[in-house]
Amino acid sequence: MHVVDVRGVTRRFGTRTVLDGITLSVDRGEILGLLGPSGSGKTTLIKLMTGIDKADEGTVHMLGEQMPKLSMLQRFGYMAQSDALYQELTARQNLLFFASLYGLSGGRRQQRIEAVMSVVNLLDDLNKPVAAYSGGMKRRLSLAISLLHEPEILILDEPTVGIDPVLRQSIWKELNSLSDRGTTIIMTTHVMDEAEKCDRIGFIRDGKLTAVDSPEGLKSRSGTDSIEQAFIVLGGGVRS
Amino acid sequence: MRTRALAIRIIRQFVRDKRTLALLFLAPLLVLTLMHFVFNGQHVKPHIGMAGIPPKMYDSLKIEGADLTSYPGIPEAEQALKDGNLDAVFSIVNGQPSILLEGSDPSVSQAVMLVLQKSLQANMKSIQPNISYLHGSSDLSSFDSFGPVLIGFFSFFFVFLLAGVAFLRERTTGTLERLLATPIRRSEVVGGYLLGFGVFTLLQASLIAWYSISVLGMYMVGAVGLVLLVNLLLTLTALTLGTLLSSYASSEFQIIQFIPIVIVPQVFFSGLFNLNAMQPWLQKLSTIMPLYYGADAMRGIMIRGETFSDIQLDIYVLLGFSIVFALLNVLALKKQRAI
Repeated sequence: MHVVDVRGVTRRFGTRTVLDGITLSVDRGEILGLLGPSGSGKTTLIKLMTGIDKADEGTVHMLGEQMPKLSMLQRFGYMAQSDALYQELTARQNLLFFASLYGLSGGRRQQRIEAVMSVVNLLDDLNKPVAAYSGGMKRRLSLAISLLHEPEILILDEPTVGIDPVLRQSIWKELNSLSDRGTTIIMTTHVMDEAEKCDRIGFIRDGKLTAVDSPEGLKSRSGTDSIEQAFIVLGGGVRS
Repeated sequence: MRTRALAIRIIRQFVRDKRTLALLFLAPLLVLTLMHFVFNGQHVKPHIGMAGIPPKMYDSLKIEGADLTSYPGIPEAEQALKDGNLDAVFSIVNGQPSILLEGSDPSVSQAVMLVLQKSLQANMKSIQPNISYLHGSSDLSSFDSFGPVLIGFFSFFFVFLLAGVAFLRERTTGTLERLLATPIRRSEVVGGYLLGFGVFTLLQASLIAWYSISVLGMYMVGAVGLVLLVNLLLTLTALTLGTLLSSYASSEFQIIQFIPIVIVPQVFFSGLFNLNAMQPWLQKLSTIMPLYYGADAMRGIMIRGETFSDIQLDIYVLLGFSIVFALLNVLALKKQRAI
């Protein structure tokens, strides 16, 4: 059974078709990167997977359950593209709030808050108001929040924007160890070298999934030696 | 659990935002104080010019509560009236008293008439009735009369604004989307907002009521608990209406645009102005205005000392408004999340 099973999904906003007949599946513990220019439909696809949005056609199954389904949100970790944080509150208060929404409390909550903040290297800034955080720190806090309840599927929308290379490496190390322990990770990105670290990459362009394969597979299929070249060849080439 | 977590978060945000706290708690007090001084000030002493009145008659007229100036003839007095030095000219020609009013300010005209009519009545030695009051007293000022309405209005207005803007911000900063990516129910979101804001609106209602009655000395013969209950229900209506309408606004500026559409009309139907003079079909509009019920109950309690059974209809209607708006809120959140 696939952890993520998207079949023939189409989503329209008014007359505009944002996603056009997408079929995609992801296995347990896999890291899937969705690569495409902004406006290609990556975020919409992610919202359909979480059940925040609903497909006009086709079905989405997550962990065997048909979406959208409220109780499934407990099993996902989600990091939105914009840093959805409460600026007036401290990092700890933000974490406490989201931890409570996921049903964590008491010592377990405390322990998880410290664990996720050490992953993103923000333990020393736990009691600072978020308004005093830099852009990169906010991204890291958003990531920490998505990890709080140890989700089975982690859905990350542009997770490493504004994060410096050293920290990006340590975050990738954590993502890899999560996937080794069975967490499925789906992320959007438009950074080519980041996509290369994923187990598989899906190319999205104008709402269509043009190719899904491992980085090596994509390169050999397109007869190129970089993901960027492969995207140009397999992603429909120069727009007509 | 989730509702409580949301309420705690809202309270924490509030406590850190000193300026908003000040708007919620101090602004109504400031406006009420200003109202108190404007409407509870000294009675206006009209300035009346006396023309063509023999000195003997002058004394017997016994005009009290006005500044009087004597003029030798009517033309001089009328000139002074034109120059803006007088509010009215009182003259007697061939035994027929006549009054010429300046007339641009009805309240001044009324004051002049009151003074002169009192004096004329005293001269006629007609039968003087004994005057007593069922509610209120001869000291009941206009501030006392519409104070209860104002208490309700300010609670309503400030909570409407704050709730609308707070919920809008939750949406525009992306935190609502993030919030809805957790397993929270839509009804829990609305409930959390009600609870978190409810704490502050209860405090606000208590503060405004205490300040008006104890500090400003507003006329009050009813039960304080009832005043608080009505005020709380009124603010809950404002809260649910504010968050509901914020779903249809895309910026803080658009929330402000709701004020002339949603708030101002309610002021006209709240009882500050007498509705009986209005077209009957227009009067019916008041039945859909929450402030009408709140103001009616507040006035009943504070001025007429009405009890729960007298105002229960108002209470049920306000409760109904809150419930309907809250349910519509839960529905409107569907726009943000499919389930």
